[in-house]
Amino acid sequence: MSIDPALAFRGTSLTFANGTRALDGIDLEIRPGEFVSLVGPSGCGKSTMLRLAAGFETATAGSVEVGTRRLGYVFQESTLLPWRTVARNVELPAELAGVPKAERREAAADAIARVGLAGFEKHRPSQLSGGMRMRASIARALTMRPELFLFDEPFGALDEITRQHLNSEVGTLFSRDGFAGVFVTHSVPESVFMSTRVVVLTGRPGVVAANIPVPFDFPRDPELRYTAAFADIAAEVSAALRGAKQEAAA
Amino acid sequence: MTATLEAPVRDAATEAPRRPRRAWPFTTAPVRVAAPIAVFVLVIAAWAAASHLLVPEASRFLLPSPEAVIAQGLLDPVARTEILTALWNTVQVALCGLVIAIVLGTVFAVVMSQARWAEFSLYPYAVVLQTVPILAVVPLFGFWFGYEFGSRVIVCVMVSLFPVITNTLFGLKSVAPAEHDLFTLHGANRLQRLLKLQLPAALPAMISGFKISGGQAVIGSIVADFFFRQGVPGVGRMIDVYRQRLATEELLTALLLSSLVGLCLFWAFDLLAGRVDRMHGKR
Repeated sequence: MSIDPALAFRGTSLTFANGTRALDGIDLEIRPGEFVSLVGPSGCGKSTMLRLAAGFETATAGSVEVGTRRLGYVFQESTLLPWRTVARNVELPAELAGVPKAERREAAADAIARVGLAGFEKHRPSQLSGGMRMRASIARALTMRPELFLFDEPFGALDEITRQHLNSEVGTLFSRDGFAGVFVTHSVPESVFMSTRVVVLTGRPGVVAANIPVPFDFPRDPELRYTAAFADIAAEVSAALRGAKQEAAA
Repeated sequence: MTATLEAPVRDAATEAPRRPRRAWPFTTAPVRVAAPIAVFVLVIAAWAAASHLLVPEASRFLLPSPEAVIAQGLLDPVARTEILTALWNTVQVALCGLVIAIVLGTVFAVVMSQARWAEFSLYPYAVVLQTVPILAVVPLFGFWFGYEFGSRVIVCVMVSLFPVITNTLFGLKSVAPAEHDLFTLHGANRLQRLLKLQLPAALPAMISGFKISGGQAVIGSIVADFFFRQGVPGVGRMIDVYRQRLATEELLTALLLSSLVGLCLFWAFDLLAGRVDRMHGKR
Protein backbone atom coordinates (compact mmCIF):
# COMPACT_ATOMS: atom_id res chain seq x y z
CA MET A 1 0.00 0.00 0.00
CA SER A 2 2.90 2.29 -0.66
CA ILE A 3 1.64 3.61 -4.01
CA ASP A 4 -0.66 6.62 -3.97
CA PRO A 5 -4.23 5.89 -5.04
CA ALA A 6 -5.22 6.93 -8.57
CA LEU A 7 -8.50 8.19 -7.18
CA ALA A 8 -9.67 8.58 -3.59
CA PHE A 9 -12.94 9.74 -2.10
CA ARG A 10 -12.50 10.77 1.54
CA GLY A 11 -15.73 11.50 3.37
CA THR A 12 -16.99 13.00 0.12
CA SER A 13 -20.42 14.61 0.17
CA LEU A 14 -22.19 16.62 -2.46
CA THR A 15 -25.35 18.62 -1.88
CA PHE A 16 -26.66 20.52 -4.89
CA ALA A 17 -27.74 24.17 -4.65
CA ASN A 18 -31.40 23.05 -4.69
CA GLY A 19 -30.84 20.98 -1.55
CA THR A 20 -30.64 17.53 -3.20
CA ARG A 21 -28.09 15.35 -1.42
CA ALA A 22 -26.34 13.35 -4.14
CA LEU A 23 -23.57 11.82 -2.03
CA ASP A 24 -23.13 11.56 1.71
CA GLY A 25 -19.74 10.72 3.17
CA ILE A 26 -18.32 8.35 0.54
CA ASP A 27 -15.00 6.65 1.32
CA LEU A 28 -13.38 4.80 -1.56
CA GLU A 29 -9.84 4.32 -2.87
CA ILE A 30 -8.97 3.13 -6.34
CA ARG A 31 -5.32 2.12 -6.90
CA PRO A 32 -3.32 1.94 -10.13
CA GLY A 33 -3.95 -1.39 -11.85
CA GLU A 34 -7.45 -1.68 -10.41
CA PHE A 35 -10.60 -1.66 -12.52
CA VAL A 36 -13.54 -0.81 -10.29
CA SER A 37 -17.18 -0.95 -11.35
CA LEU A 38 -19.71 1.14 -9.49
CA VAL A 39 -23.18 -0.38 -9.44
CA GLY A 40 -26.25 0.78 -7.63
CA PRO A 41 -29.86 1.83 -8.12
CA SER A 42 -30.65 4.94 -10.15
CA GLY A 43 -29.99 8.11 -8.21
CA CYS A 44 -27.42 6.58 -5.85
CA GLY A 45 -24.81 9.04 -7.08
CA LYS A 46 -22.48 6.73 -8.99
CA SER A 47 -22.30 9.05 -12.00
CA THR A 48 -21.87 11.96 -9.62
CA MET A 49 -18.72 10.29 -8.28
CA LEU A 50 -17.23 10.33 -11.79
CA ARG A 51 -18.29 13.93 -12.29
CA LEU A 52 -16.48 14.83 -9.06
CA ALA A 53 -13.36 12.96 -10.18
CA ALA A 54 -13.40 14.78 -13.54
CA GLY A 55 -13.88 18.15 -11.87
CA PHE A 56 -17.34 18.84 -13.33
CA GLU A 57 -18.68 19.14 -9.78
CA THR A 58 -17.00 20.17 -6.53
CA ALA A 59 -17.53 18.28 -3.27
CA THR A 60 -19.43 20.25 -0.62
CA ALA A 61 -17.71 18.26 2.17
CA GLY A 62 -14.76 15.89 2.33
CA SER A 63 -12.37 15.64 -0.59
CA VAL A 64 -11.71 13.95 -3.92
CA GLU A 65 -8.06 13.20 -4.67
CA VAL A 66 -7.02 12.50 -8.24
CA GLY A 67 -3.48 11.12 -8.48
CA THR A 68 -2.85 12.00 -12.12
CA ARG A 69 -3.46 14.71 -14.67
CA ARG A 70 -3.83 12.16 -17.46
CA LEU A 71 -7.56 11.57 -17.26
CA GLY A 72 -9.71 9.71 -19.77
CA TYR A 73 -13.49 10.15 -19.61
CA VAL A 74 -16.08 8.30 -21.67
CA PHE A 75 -19.53 9.85 -21.48
CA GLN A 76 -22.92 8.14 -21.54
CA GLU A 77 -23.44 9.38 -25.07
CA SER A 78 -20.53 9.37 -27.49
CA THR A 79 -20.54 13.24 -27.38
CA LEU A 80 -18.82 13.46 -30.75
CA LEU A 81 -19.22 16.86 -32.39
CA PRO A 82 -21.45 16.14 -35.41
CA TRP A 83 -19.72 18.66 -37.70
CA ARG A 84 -16.29 17.09 -37.21
CA THR A 85 -14.97 13.92 -38.82
CA VAL A 86 -13.91 11.00 -36.64
CA ALA A 87 -10.25 12.06 -36.93
CA ARG A 88 -10.99 15.68 -36.04
CA ASN A 89 -13.13 14.56 -33.10
CA VAL A 90 -10.40 12.32 -31.77
CA GLU A 91 -7.80 15.08 -32.00
CA LEU A 92 -10.00 17.58 -30.15
CA PRO A 93 -8.37 17.14 -26.69
CA ALA A 94 -4.90 17.72 -28.15
CA GLU A 95 -6.20 20.63 -30.20
CA LEU A 96 -7.61 22.28 -27.08
CA ALA A 97 -4.30 21.72 -25.32
CA GLY A 98 -2.44 23.44 -28.17
CA VAL A 99 -0.52 20.41 -29.45
CA PRO A 100 0.94 21.05 -32.94
CA LYS A 101 -1.14 19.75 -35.84
CA ALA A 102 1.21 17.03 -37.13
CA GLU A 103 1.75 15.60 -33.67
CA ARG A 104 -1.94 15.44 -32.77
CA ARG A 105 -2.82 13.95 -36.17
CA GLU A 106 -0.43 11.12 -35.50
CA ALA A 107 -1.72 10.53 -31.97
CA ALA A 108 -5.30 10.52 -33.25
CA ALA A 109 -4.53 8.06 -36.06
CA ASP A 110 -2.84 5.81 -33.53
CA ALA A 111 -5.81 5.88 -31.12
CA ILE A 112 -8.27 5.31 -33.97
CA ALA A 113 -6.34 2.23 -35.05
CA ARG A 114 -6.30 0.91 -31.49
CA VAL A 115 -10.11 0.87 -31.28
CA GLY A 116 -10.41 -0.76 -34.71
CA LEU A 117 -11.74 2.28 -36.57
CA ALA A 118 -8.90 2.60 -39.10
CA GLY A 119 -10.38 3.54 -42.47
CA PHE A 120 -13.21 5.56 -40.88
CA GLU A 121 -11.13 8.68 -40.10
CA LYS A 122 -12.96 10.82 -42.65
CA HIS A 123 -16.46 9.68 -41.67
CA ARG A 124 -18.79 11.92 -39.75
CA PRO A 125 -20.44 10.60 -36.56
CA SER A 126 -23.84 10.42 -38.30
CA GLN A 127 -22.39 7.90 -40.76
CA LEU A 128 -21.35 5.51 -37.98
CA SER A 129 -23.29 2.94 -35.95
CA GLY A 130 -23.78 3.46 -32.23
CA GLY A 131 -20.99 1.03 -31.42
CA MET A 132 -18.56 2.73 -33.79
CA ARG A 133 -19.40 6.12 -32.34
CA MET A 134 -18.59 4.75 -28.90
CA ARG A 135 -15.26 3.39 -30.22
CA ALA A 136 -14.42 6.85 -31.57
CA SER A 137 -15.31 8.28 -28.17
CA ILE A 138 -12.96 5.80 -26.48
CA ALA A 139 -10.23 6.67 -29.02
CA ARG A 140 -10.63 10.34 -28.12
CA ALA A 141 -10.10 9.50 -24.43
CA LEU A 142 -7.12 7.28 -25.32
CA THR A 143 -5.26 10.25 -26.87
CA MET A 144 -4.87 11.50 -23.27
CA ARG A 145 -2.82 8.32 -22.55
CA PRO A 146 -4.95 8.06 -19.41
CA GLU A 147 -3.64 6.82 -16.09
CA LEU A 148 -7.15 7.14 -14.70
CA PHE A 149 -9.92 6.08 -17.08
CA LEU A 150 -13.52 6.97 -16.15
CA PHE A 151 -16.50 5.35 -17.90
CA ASP A 152 -19.97 6.77 -17.22
CA GLU A 153 -22.42 4.04 -18.32
CA PRO A 154 -20.92 4.15 -21.80
CA PHE A 155 -22.54 1.07 -23.35
CA GLY A 156 -26.08 1.37 -21.95
CA ALA A 157 -27.62 2.30 -25.29
CA LEU A 158 -25.89 -0.42 -27.32
CA ASP A 159 -27.19 -3.85 -28.30
CA GLU A 160 -25.96 -6.82 -26.30
CA ILE A 161 -23.52 -8.14 -28.92
CA THR A 162 -21.83 -4.79 -29.51
CA ARG A 163 -21.76 -4.24 -25.80
CA GLN A 164 -19.94 -7.51 -25.11
CA HIS A 165 -17.43 -6.77 -27.89
CA LEU A 166 -16.65 -3.40 -26.38
CA ASN A 167 -16.46 -4.91 -22.87
CA SER A 168 -13.72 -7.25 -24.12
CA GLU A 169 -11.89 -4.49 -25.94
CA VAL A 170 -11.83 -2.19 -22.94
CA GLY A 171 -10.54 -5.21 -21.00
CA THR A 172 -7.74 -5.60 -23.54
CA LEU A 173 -6.84 -1.92 -23.32
CA PHE A 174 -6.80 -2.22 -19.53
CA SER A 175 -4.54 -5.27 -19.51
CA ARG A 176 -2.07 -3.58 -21.90
CA ASP A 177 -2.05 -0.02 -20.57
CA GLY A 178 -2.54 -0.76 -16.89
CA PHE A 179 -4.53 2.37 -16.12
CA ALA A 180 -6.84 2.61 -13.14
CA GLY A 181 -10.39 2.21 -14.39
CA VAL A 182 -13.71 3.29 -12.90
CA PHE A 183 -16.79 2.00 -14.69
CA VAL A 184 -20.33 3.04 -13.86
CA THR A 185 -23.03 0.59 -14.99
CA HIS A 186 -26.51 -0.71 -14.27
CA SER A 187 -25.68 -4.19 -15.46
CA VAL A 188 -24.50 -6.79 -12.93
CA PRO A 189 -22.85 -9.15 -15.49
CA GLU A 190 -21.10 -6.22 -17.13
CA SER A 191 -19.77 -4.97 -13.80
CA VAL A 192 -18.38 -8.41 -12.93
CA PHE A 193 -16.90 -9.04 -16.39
CA MET A 194 -15.14 -5.67 -16.53
CA SER A 195 -13.70 -5.32 -13.06
CA THR A 196 -11.12 -6.39 -10.57
CA ARG A 197 -13.54 -5.15 -7.91
CA VAL A 198 -17.25 -4.31 -7.85
CA VAL A 199 -18.43 -1.57 -5.51
CA VAL A 200 -22.13 -1.65 -4.65
CA LEU A 201 -23.68 1.64 -3.56
CA THR A 202 -26.91 2.06 -1.57
CA GLY A 203 -29.43 4.60 -2.79
CA ARG A 204 -30.14 8.25 -2.19
CA PRO A 205 -27.69 9.55 -1.11
CA GLY A 206 -25.06 6.94 -1.91
CA VAL A 207 -23.02 5.02 0.65
CA VAL A 208 -20.68 2.10 -0.14
CA ALA A 209 -22.63 -1.07 0.74
CA ALA A 210 -20.27 -3.78 -0.51
CA ASN A 211 -16.79 -4.26 -1.96
CA ILE A 212 -16.68 -7.48 -3.98
CA PRO A 213 -13.33 -8.58 -5.50
CA VAL A 214 -13.36 -10.29 -8.92
CA PRO A 215 -10.23 -12.46 -9.13
CA PHE A 216 -10.20 -13.48 -12.84
CA ASP A 217 -7.13 -12.72 -14.99
CA PHE A 218 -7.08 -10.27 -17.90
CA PRO A 219 -7.65 -10.35 -20.79
CA ARG A 220 -10.87 -12.19 -20.07
CA ASP A 221 -12.51 -14.65 -22.41
CA PRO A 222 -16.13 -13.76 -23.30
CA GLU A 223 -17.07 -17.34 -22.29
CA LEU A 224 -16.09 -16.44 -18.73
CA ARG A 225 -19.64 -15.10 -18.40
CA TYR A 226 -21.00 -18.66 -18.48
CA THR A 227 -18.76 -20.20 -15.80
CA ALA A 228 -19.96 -21.13 -12.32
CA ALA A 229 -17.33 -18.96 -10.63
CA PHE A 230 -18.60 -15.95 -12.59
CA ALA A 231 -22.21 -16.72 -11.68
CA ASP A 232 -21.29 -16.95 -7.98
CA ILE A 233 -19.80 -13.45 -7.99
CA ALA A 234 -22.69 -12.05 -10.03
CA ALA A 235 -25.08 -13.56 -7.48
CA GLU A 236 -23.14 -11.93 -4.67
CA VAL A 237 -23.33 -8.50 -6.40
CA SER A 238 -27.03 -9.04 -7.07
CA ALA A 239 -27.67 -9.92 -3.42
CA ALA A 240 -25.83 -6.79 -2.27
CA LEU A 241 -27.90 -4.72 -4.72
CA ARG A 242 -31.14 -6.25 -3.43
CA GLY A 243 -30.08 -5.37 0.08
CA ALA A 244 -29.34 -1.87 -1.11
CA LYS A 245 -32.75 -1.62 -2.70
CA GLN A 246 -34.57 -2.83 0.40
CA GLU A 247 -32.66 -0.34 2.48
CA ALA A 248 -33.61 2.46 0.09
CA ALA A 249 -37.26 1.41 0.22
CA ALA A 250 -37.31 1.21 4.02
CA MET B 1 -45.88 -16.74 -18.37
CA THR B 2 -44.70 -19.03 -21.18
CA ALA B 3 -46.50 -16.89 -23.74
CA THR B 4 -44.49 -13.82 -22.83
CA LEU B 5 -41.25 -15.71 -23.44
CA GLU B 6 -42.29 -16.22 -27.07
CA ALA B 7 -42.84 -12.50 -27.63
CA PRO B 8 -40.12 -10.85 -29.71
CA VAL B 9 -37.86 -8.63 -27.65
CA ARG B 10 -37.51 -5.17 -29.11
CA ASP B 11 -35.18 -2.57 -27.80
CA ALA B 12 -36.09 0.89 -29.04
CA ALA B 13 -32.63 2.24 -28.31
CA THR B 14 -30.76 -0.22 -30.50
CA GLU B 15 -33.11 -0.18 -33.46
CA ALA B 16 -32.25 2.14 -36.31
CA PRO B 17 -34.46 5.24 -36.32
CA ARG B 18 -37.22 4.86 -38.87
CA ARG B 19 -37.00 7.03 -41.97
CA PRO B 20 -40.28 8.54 -43.18
CA ARG B 21 -41.95 6.16 -45.62
CA ARG B 22 -41.92 6.79 -49.35
CA ALA B 23 -45.63 6.13 -49.94
CA TRP B 24 -46.56 9.82 -49.71
CA PRO B 25 -45.03 11.28 -52.89
CA PHE B 26 -45.17 14.97 -51.92
CA THR B 27 -41.57 15.15 -50.77
CA THR B 28 -39.87 14.12 -54.01
CA ALA B 29 -37.98 16.66 -56.10
CA PRO B 30 -40.42 17.04 -59.07
CA VAL B 31 -43.32 17.62 -56.69
CA ARG B 32 -41.31 20.20 -54.75
CA VAL B 33 -40.92 22.22 -57.94
CA ALA B 34 -44.31 21.49 -59.51
CA ALA B 35 -46.45 22.13 -56.41
CA PRO B 36 -45.52 25.81 -55.88
CA ILE B 37 -45.87 26.41 -59.65
CA ALA B 38 -49.37 24.91 -59.52
CA VAL B 39 -50.25 27.24 -56.66
CA PHE B 40 -48.81 30.17 -58.64
CA VAL B 41 -50.97 29.32 -61.66
CA LEU B 42 -54.07 29.00 -59.46
CA VAL B 43 -53.47 32.36 -57.81
CA ILE B 44 -52.87 34.10 -61.15
CA ALA B 45 -56.03 32.49 -62.56
CA ALA B 46 -58.06 33.63 -59.56
CA TRP B 47 -56.60 37.10 -59.89
CA ALA B 48 -57.42 37.24 -63.63
CA ALA B 49 -60.94 35.99 -62.97
CA ALA B 50 -61.51 38.56 -60.24
CA SER B 51 -60.17 41.35 -62.40
CA HIS B 52 -62.24 40.46 -65.46
CA LEU B 53 -65.43 39.26 -63.79
CA LEU B 54 -65.80 41.28 -60.57
CA VAL B 55 -64.38 44.71 -61.41
CA PRO B 56 -66.28 46.84 -63.95
CA GLU B 57 -64.32 48.02 -66.99
CA ALA B 58 -64.34 51.67 -65.85
CA SER B 59 -62.71 50.99 -62.45
CA ARG B 60 -60.34 48.27 -63.70
CA PHE B 61 -57.42 50.35 -62.28
CA LEU B 62 -58.45 49.08 -58.83
CA LEU B 63 -57.43 45.57 -59.82
CA PRO B 64 -55.76 45.37 -63.22
CA SER B 65 -55.49 41.92 -64.78
CA PRO B 66 -52.21 39.99 -64.63
CA GLU B 67 -51.60 40.40 -68.35
CA ALA B 68 -52.03 44.18 -68.03
CA VAL B 69 -49.52 44.24 -65.18
CA ILE B 70 -47.00 42.32 -67.24
CA ALA B 71 -47.60 44.49 -70.30
CA GLN B 72 -47.39 47.86 -68.56
CA GLY B 73 -45.08 47.04 -65.70
CA LEU B 74 -42.56 44.62 -67.15
CA LEU B 75 -42.72 44.80 -70.96
CA ASP B 76 -42.95 48.58 -71.22
CA PRO B 77 -39.29 49.68 -71.40
CA VAL B 78 -39.74 53.02 -69.60
CA ALA B 79 -41.69 51.60 -66.66
CA ARG B 80 -39.41 48.57 -66.48
CA THR B 81 -36.22 50.65 -66.32
CA GLU B 82 -37.80 52.90 -63.71
CA ILE B 83 -38.88 50.01 -61.51
CA LEU B 84 -35.68 47.96 -61.89
CA THR B 85 -33.49 50.99 -61.11
CA ALA B 86 -35.52 51.68 -57.99
CA LEU B 87 -35.42 47.99 -57.06
CA TRP B 88 -31.64 47.88 -57.41
CA ASN B 89 -31.30 50.89 -55.06
CA THR B 90 -33.62 49.18 -52.56
CA VAL B 91 -31.75 45.88 -52.79
CA GLN B 92 -28.36 47.52 -52.23
CA VAL B 93 -29.64 49.17 -49.05
CA ALA B 94 -31.31 45.93 -47.88
CA LEU B 95 -28.24 43.74 -48.46
CA CYS B 96 -25.94 46.20 -46.76
CA GLY B 97 -28.34 46.39 -43.78
CA LEU B 98 -28.69 42.63 -43.65
CA VAL B 99 -24.94 42.02 -43.58
CA ILE B 100 -24.48 44.58 -40.80
CA ALA B 101 -27.43 43.10 -38.87
CA ILE B 102 -25.93 39.61 -39.12
CA VAL B 103 -22.53 40.77 -37.85
CA LEU B 104 -23.93 43.03 -35.15
CA GLY B 105 -26.64 40.56 -34.05
CA THR B 106 -24.11 37.75 -33.76
CA VAL B 107 -21.77 39.93 -31.69
CA PHE B 108 -24.67 40.94 -29.40
CA ALA B 109 -25.76 37.32 -28.96
CA VAL B 110 -22.19 36.19 -28.23
CA VAL B 111 -21.82 38.90 -25.57
CA MET B 112 -25.14 37.88 -24.03
CA SER B 113 -24.14 34.21 -24.06
CA GLN B 114 -20.97 34.90 -22.10
CA ALA B 115 -22.55 36.22 -18.91
CA ARG B 116 -26.02 36.09 -17.39
CA TRP B 117 -25.83 39.72 -16.36
CA ALA B 118 -25.07 40.75 -19.94
CA GLU B 119 -28.13 38.82 -21.13
CA PHE B 120 -30.36 40.31 -18.42
CA SER B 121 -29.18 43.85 -19.14
CA LEU B 122 -29.29 43.72 -22.94
CA TYR B 123 -32.16 41.42 -23.84
CA PRO B 124 -35.03 43.85 -23.09
CA TYR B 125 -33.49 46.32 -25.53
CA ALA B 126 -33.20 43.66 -28.19
CA VAL B 127 -36.94 43.09 -27.75
CA VAL B 128 -37.58 46.84 -28.01
CA LEU B 129 -36.02 46.72 -31.50
CA GLN B 130 -38.91 44.48 -32.44
CA THR B 131 -41.68 46.37 -30.64
CA VAL B 132 -40.82 49.99 -31.45
CA PRO B 133 -43.18 51.39 -34.13
CA ILE B 134 -40.78 51.64 -37.03
CA LEU B 135 -43.03 54.15 -38.84
CA ALA B 136 -42.41 56.64 -36.04
CA VAL B 137 -38.68 56.01 -35.95
CA VAL B 138 -38.02 56.42 -39.66
CA PRO B 139 -38.70 60.21 -39.75
CA LEU B 140 -36.50 60.64 -36.67
CA PHE B 141 -33.65 58.82 -38.38
CA GLY B 142 -34.17 61.21 -41.29
CA PHE B 143 -33.70 64.19 -38.96
CA TRP B 144 -30.66 62.71 -37.28
CA PHE B 145 -28.78 60.90 -40.00
CA GLY B 146 -30.08 62.48 -43.23
CA TYR B 147 -31.91 60.76 -46.05
CA GLU B 148 -29.14 59.03 -47.93
CA PHE B 149 -27.78 55.50 -48.06
CA GLY B 150 -26.41 55.31 -44.50
CA SER B 151 -29.63 56.40 -42.87
CA ARG B 152 -31.63 53.84 -44.88
CA VAL B 153 -29.21 51.11 -43.92
CA ILE B 154 -29.72 51.97 -40.24
CA VAL B 155 -33.48 51.40 -40.65
CA CYS B 156 -32.79 48.01 -42.28
CA VAL B 157 -30.41 46.99 -39.52
CA MET B 158 -32.98 47.96 -36.92
CA VAL B 159 -35.78 45.84 -38.35
CA SER B 160 -33.63 42.80 -39.16
CA LEU B 161 -31.46 42.65 -36.04
CA PHE B 162 -33.83 40.93 -33.61
CA PRO B 163 -34.23 37.57 -35.42
CA VAL B 164 -30.44 37.30 -35.67
CA ILE B 165 -29.99 38.01 -31.96
CA THR B 166 -32.68 35.65 -30.62
CA ASN B 167 -31.85 32.75 -32.90
CA THR B 168 -28.10 33.02 -32.37
CA LEU B 169 -28.51 33.29 -28.61
CA PHE B 170 -30.84 30.30 -28.61
CA GLY B 171 -28.33 28.32 -30.67
CA LEU B 172 -25.36 29.25 -28.49
CA LYS B 173 -27.24 28.23 -25.35
CA SER B 174 -28.65 24.97 -26.66
CA VAL B 175 -25.32 23.11 -26.67
CA ALA B 176 -25.70 19.71 -24.95
CA PRO B 177 -24.44 19.73 -21.32
CA ALA B 178 -22.24 16.68 -22.02
CA GLU B 179 -20.47 18.58 -24.81
CA HIS B 180 -19.79 21.41 -22.39
CA ASP B 181 -18.43 18.82 -19.93
CA LEU B 182 -16.12 17.52 -22.64
CA PHE B 183 -14.67 20.98 -23.17
CA THR B 184 -14.40 21.50 -19.38
CA LEU B 185 -12.56 18.19 -19.06
CA HIS B 186 -9.95 19.30 -21.57
CA GLY B 187 -9.51 22.72 -20.02
CA ALA B 188 -10.96 24.72 -22.93
CA ASN B 189 -10.94 28.48 -22.46
CA ARG B 190 -13.89 30.73 -23.29
CA LEU B 191 -12.71 31.51 -26.79
CA GLN B 192 -12.11 27.84 -27.65
CA ARG B 193 -15.52 26.92 -26.25
CA LEU B 194 -17.14 29.66 -28.31
CA LEU B 195 -15.33 29.01 -31.60
CA LYS B 196 -15.05 25.23 -31.53
CA LEU B 197 -18.30 24.32 -29.77
CA GLN B 198 -20.96 27.00 -29.36
CA LEU B 199 -20.79 28.78 -32.71
CA PRO B 200 -20.66 25.63 -34.86
CA ALA B 201 -23.51 24.15 -32.81
CA ALA B 202 -25.51 27.36 -33.19
CA LEU B 203 -25.08 27.63 -36.96
CA PRO B 204 -28.39 25.96 -37.97
CA ALA B 205 -30.37 28.18 -35.57
CA MET B 206 -28.47 31.25 -36.76
CA ILE B 207 -29.39 30.57 -40.37
CA SER B 208 -33.08 30.25 -39.40
CA GLY B 209 -32.71 33.76 -38.02
CA PHE B 210 -31.07 35.01 -41.21
CA LYS B 211 -34.00 33.64 -43.23
CA ILE B 212 -36.41 35.88 -41.32
CA SER B 213 -34.03 38.85 -41.34
CA GLY B 214 -33.60 38.77 -45.13
CA GLY B 215 -37.27 39.58 -45.76
CA GLN B 216 -37.29 42.12 -42.94
CA ALA B 217 -34.32 43.97 -44.43
CA VAL B 218 -36.06 44.36 -47.80
CA ILE B 219 -39.18 45.70 -46.06
CA GLY B 220 -37.03 48.05 -43.94
CA SER B 221 -35.37 49.43 -47.05
CA ILE B 222 -38.75 50.09 -48.70
CA VAL B 223 -40.28 51.63 -45.58
CA ALA B 224 -37.33 54.01 -45.10
CA ASP B 225 -37.52 55.07 -48.74
CA PHE B 226 -41.31 55.49 -48.57
CA PHE B 227 -41.17 57.85 -45.60
CA PHE B 228 -37.99 59.75 -46.44
CA ARG B 229 -39.33 61.03 -49.80
CA GLN B 230 -35.83 62.35 -50.38
CA GLY B 231 -32.51 61.00 -51.58
CA VAL B 232 -31.98 58.34 -54.25
CA PRO B 233 -35.44 56.84 -54.96
CA GLY B 234 -36.07 53.17 -54.34
CA VAL B 235 -39.14 50.98 -54.54
CA GLY B 236 -40.75 52.75 -51.56
CA ARG B 237 -40.82 56.09 -53.34
CA MET B 238 -41.99 54.58 -56.63
CA ILE B 239 -44.88 52.87 -54.82
CA ASP B 240 -45.92 56.28 -53.49
CA VAL B 241 -45.61 57.87 -56.94
CA TYR B 242 -47.62 55.09 -58.63
CA ARG B 243 -50.28 55.33 -55.93
CA GLN B 244 -50.74 59.03 -56.65
CA ARG B 245 -50.81 58.38 -60.40
CA LEU B 246 -53.31 55.53 -59.96
CA ALA B 247 -50.78 53.45 -61.94
CA THR B 248 -51.77 50.19 -60.30
CA GLU B 249 -50.02 48.06 -62.92
CA GLU B 250 -46.63 49.57 -62.07
CA LEU B 251 -47.47 49.52 -58.38
CA LEU B 252 -48.18 45.79 -58.48
CA THR B 253 -45.05 45.13 -60.54
CA ALA B 254 -42.89 46.93 -57.98
CA LEU B 255 -44.61 45.06 -55.16
CA LEU B 256 -44.22 41.64 -56.77
CA LEU B 257 -40.57 42.18 -57.71
CA SER B 258 -39.67 43.31 -54.16
CA SER B 259 -41.37 40.21 -52.76
CA LEU B 260 -39.37 38.12 -55.22
CA VAL B 261 -36.14 39.64 -53.88
CA GLY B 262 -37.13 38.66 -50.32
CA LEU B 263 -38.00 35.18 -51.57
CA CYS B 264 -34.62 34.83 -53.29
CA LEU B 265 -32.83 35.80 -50.07
CA PHE B 266 -34.88 33.19 -48.24
CA TRP B 267 -33.98 30.52 -50.79
CA ALA B 268 -30.30 31.43 -50.60
CA PHE B 269 -30.31 30.94 -46.83
CA ASP B 270 -32.36 27.77 -47.20
CA LEU B 271 -29.67 26.38 -49.52
CA LEU B 272 -27.04 27.30 -46.97
CA ALA B 273 -29.13 25.66 -44.22
CA GLY B 274 -29.23 22.46 -46.25
CA ARG B 275 -25.45 22.43 -46.54
CA VAL B 276 -25.01 23.05 -42.81
CA ASP B 277 -27.53 20.33 -41.97
CA ARG B 278 -25.59 17.85 -44.09
CA MET B 279 -22.40 18.96 -42.34
CA HIS B 280 -24.14 18.30 -39.01
CA GLY B 281 -25.29 14.90 -40.26
CA LYS B 282 -28.97 15.80 -40.47
CA ARG B 283 -31.03 15.54 -43.67
